[in-house]
Amino acid sequence: MTLAETLAVVVLLGVTFYALFGGADLGAGFWDLLADNSQRGIKQRQLIERSIGPVWEANHVWLIFVLVVTWTCFPVVFGSVTSTLWIPFMLAALGIVARGSTFAFREAVTKIWQKRILGVVFGISAIVVPFFLGTMAGAIATGRVPVGVGTGNEITSWWNPVSIVTGLLSVAVCVYLSAVYLTAGAHRSGDAALVVQFRRRALLAGLMTVMIAAVGLVLIHHNSELLSHGLAHRGLLLVVVSGLAGLTALGLLYREYFAAARIVGAAAVAAILWGWAAAQYPYVLNAKLTIAQAATVPTVLRATLLCLVIGAVLLIPSLTYLYILFRRHDYETDASKNNLI
Amino acid sequence: MYKALFAATIANPVAARTQMGFSLGWHIIIACFGVGLPALIVFAEWSSQRTGDPVYRVLARRWSKVLGVLFAVGAVSGTIVSFEMGSLWASLMTNYGQVIGLPFAIEGFAFFIEAIFLGVYIYGWDKLPPKAHLLSGIPIIISGIAGTFFVVCANAWMNAPRGFSIVHGKIVGINPWAAMFNPAAGAETTHMILAAFMVTGFGLASCYAVAMLRGKASRYIRLGLLIPLTMAVIMTPLEIGVGDWAAESVATLQPTKLAAMEGLAVTTKSAPLALFGYYSNGQLHDAIKIPDVLSLLAKHNINATIQGLDATSANDRPSDPLVTVVHLSFDVMVGIGFAFLALGIWMGWVWKRRHNIPKTKWFLRFVAVSGLAAVVAMECGWITTEVGRQPWIVYDVMKVAAAANPEHGIQYGYYSLLTVYGLLTIVLVAVLRHLSQQPIVSEEPAKLKNKGPEA
Repeated sequence: MTLAETLAVVVLLGVTFYALFGGADLGAGFWDLLADNSQRGIKQRQLIERSIGPVWEANHVWLIFVLVVTWTCFPVVFGSVTSTLWIPFMLAALGIVARGSTFAFREAVTKIWQKRILGVVFGISAIVVPFFLGTMAGAIATGRVPVGVGTGNEITSWWNPVSIVTGLLSVAVCVYLSAVYLTAGAHRSGDAALVVQFRRRALLAGLMTVMIAAVGLVLIHHNSELLSHGLAHRGLLLVVVSGLAGLTALGLLYREYFAAARIVGAAAVAAILWGWAAAQYPYVLNAKLTIAQAATVPTVLRATLLCLVIGAVLLIPSLTYLYILFRRHDYETDASKNNLI
Repeated sequence: MYKALFAATIANPVAARTQMGFSLGWHIIIACFGVGLPALIVFAEWSSQRTGDPVYRVLARRWSKVLGVLFAVGAVSGTIVSFEMGSLWASLMTNYGQVIGLPFAIEGFAFFIEAIFLGVYIYGWDKLPPKAHLLSGIPIIISGIAGTFFVVCANAWMNAPRGFSIVHGKIVGINPWAAMFNPAAGAETTHMILAAFMVTGFGLASCYAVAMLRGKASRYIRLGLLIPLTMAVIMTPLEIGVGDWAAESVATLQPTKLAAMEGLAVTTKSAPLALFGYYSNGQLHDAIKIPDVLSLLAKHNINATIQGLDATSANDRPSDPLVTVVHLSFDVMVGIGFAFLALGIWMGWVWKRRHNIPKTKWFLRFVAVSGLAAVVAMECGWITTEVGRQPWIVYDVMKVAAAANPEHGIQYGYYSLLTVYGLLTIVLVAVLRHLSQQPIVSEEPAKLKNKGPEA
């Protein structure tokens, strides 16, 4: 693997972690929005707050990580993508602002009507973010982002059937992952009623995701020769793995093996992302710009890699500590947050 | 059809620059608290563990709630800024992302560590043993300062671009380390880090000063005023010293910016320091001039020659109205800085004699406005450095007009952002007010015992 490819893998890893962790936090907003306005809903929202509260800010940083590594190592890709796709990019950014701040505000306020309004904005914006980021993924995958600053069409590049489906797919994936994680969380905290509720939701969301993915594949087949060829060749193995893992995860959920469902479900999502990457390889944009052409000079790549290695040494134990600390304690419910409606 | 709809009413570079200025100017206020507040909270928690005084613990918990809200808002408003590096400045990043990306990448890790330990700290009050909890605050302080350092290094590079050369229009010989540790970085980063502590200190103290002016005088309120205020007044003389360093650095690296800061029209030997006034038709009007002082301050020599605006062609320097903006912003920042110094001397003097804060209401009034004043001073500092660099985005290398995203409709993104931020500001202020009005007693220690099943 060349230096440039190594850094491309680093970016892809960042995207994967953002999808698996940040995505699940976003999906939780959907379930928060759909939680009932009853005692049951209170418990659901409590589980959601407990699960994402301590970790969402850290999980969100994966997105920043992807942006900065891309603009440092593959500046042409960053400039081309963000200039042509500036509209969904800005809409996702505004969604991120609304979602993060309303979530924090909701924890701080005490009146029920305030919690309700903030909760609605939180839920809606949490769906907006993966949708627009997903349309961007669709635009890149179908080669609608040409190389160069502001050379693509700022509307049709991302507002087309395939991109809309990839947007919906990414929402579905977030919602599904989140339901699976929440089921596992409810199971660990020993709340049988919550387990039943979220298991049903996870199964429904899983089926929905499979359906959207199927529609997406048909649309891609008819609309984008570039992507369908890639998925049917280089990406085929990973697409198949993703499909099998997705179905296995549903089976595991049905059979109530929650911890396993969590891992296999995440693997299905990771596999489709890597399948997309494999389908494009070695191109990054529009079947014209390869990884090698997009990468900057080796001096910069080496310096970045060095910083990433040092950073990882600090980051991995810290992140592990965070997850372990709050997983070990998440069965201890916090009575101070019992007024969430 | 949409092309007609999206017909530009304002040019992209103008819209992009205004949007960037607005979102950065907004983010930086919140970010300051993310840097300064953890130090105050850890100090209060450490004091509570050392003395056993519950008031310190109440303060630490109260402030950590505020930090929880501000950090979340800072995280997302900072995200917007990194998105804007692409959506607004795609041409800049396409060309120079490779040169100056490294400090951003390192800052990303600092932010990561900060977010992780903030989660541990804020959600860990009842979950960690006291010592471990206190220790978990330390990485937040360190990574906050480190993050500021690296991201301001990137800004300093725009003022003193290093680590590359341009041969036949191509960027070659890239050295990301030289770009990061450019000659403007030292003064600019130190200036900003200290400013963050001052904004936090004065900002927080001003809330308690208002409470005292309303007749509240508990020990909680007094300590709430004293701890942040002490930090801020200690930082003030240091900040003025660093300010001198920063001005000297501007004099060497960006003489045009220094000329704009002083409204100095023509290159002058033994240049005077100009206070206030306005700049038009190539002249500074109605200013108070103190002979020789500019040469003394900028070059530490009263006979030194200071380069005027006339040395730079009109296309390569700020326009006359912008010179006025830069000059006045600079004066306001420095003026507020010296007012803070006076406040600190007053407080220190009285403290030394009576071991108490000055007993007059005027002192409290002074502190009550200091929070806002600190924010104004910091914003004026940023206006000075950013507007003073115009029309360049990368000094003497790339102009703002060449850096912006050329796609249609950029201004609509700006209007949407303004709307969202308007709402965000209103709700944020309401939430912070709400947090400050929460009863104090209930936070302790009832919550600790309350771990039973939920209602």
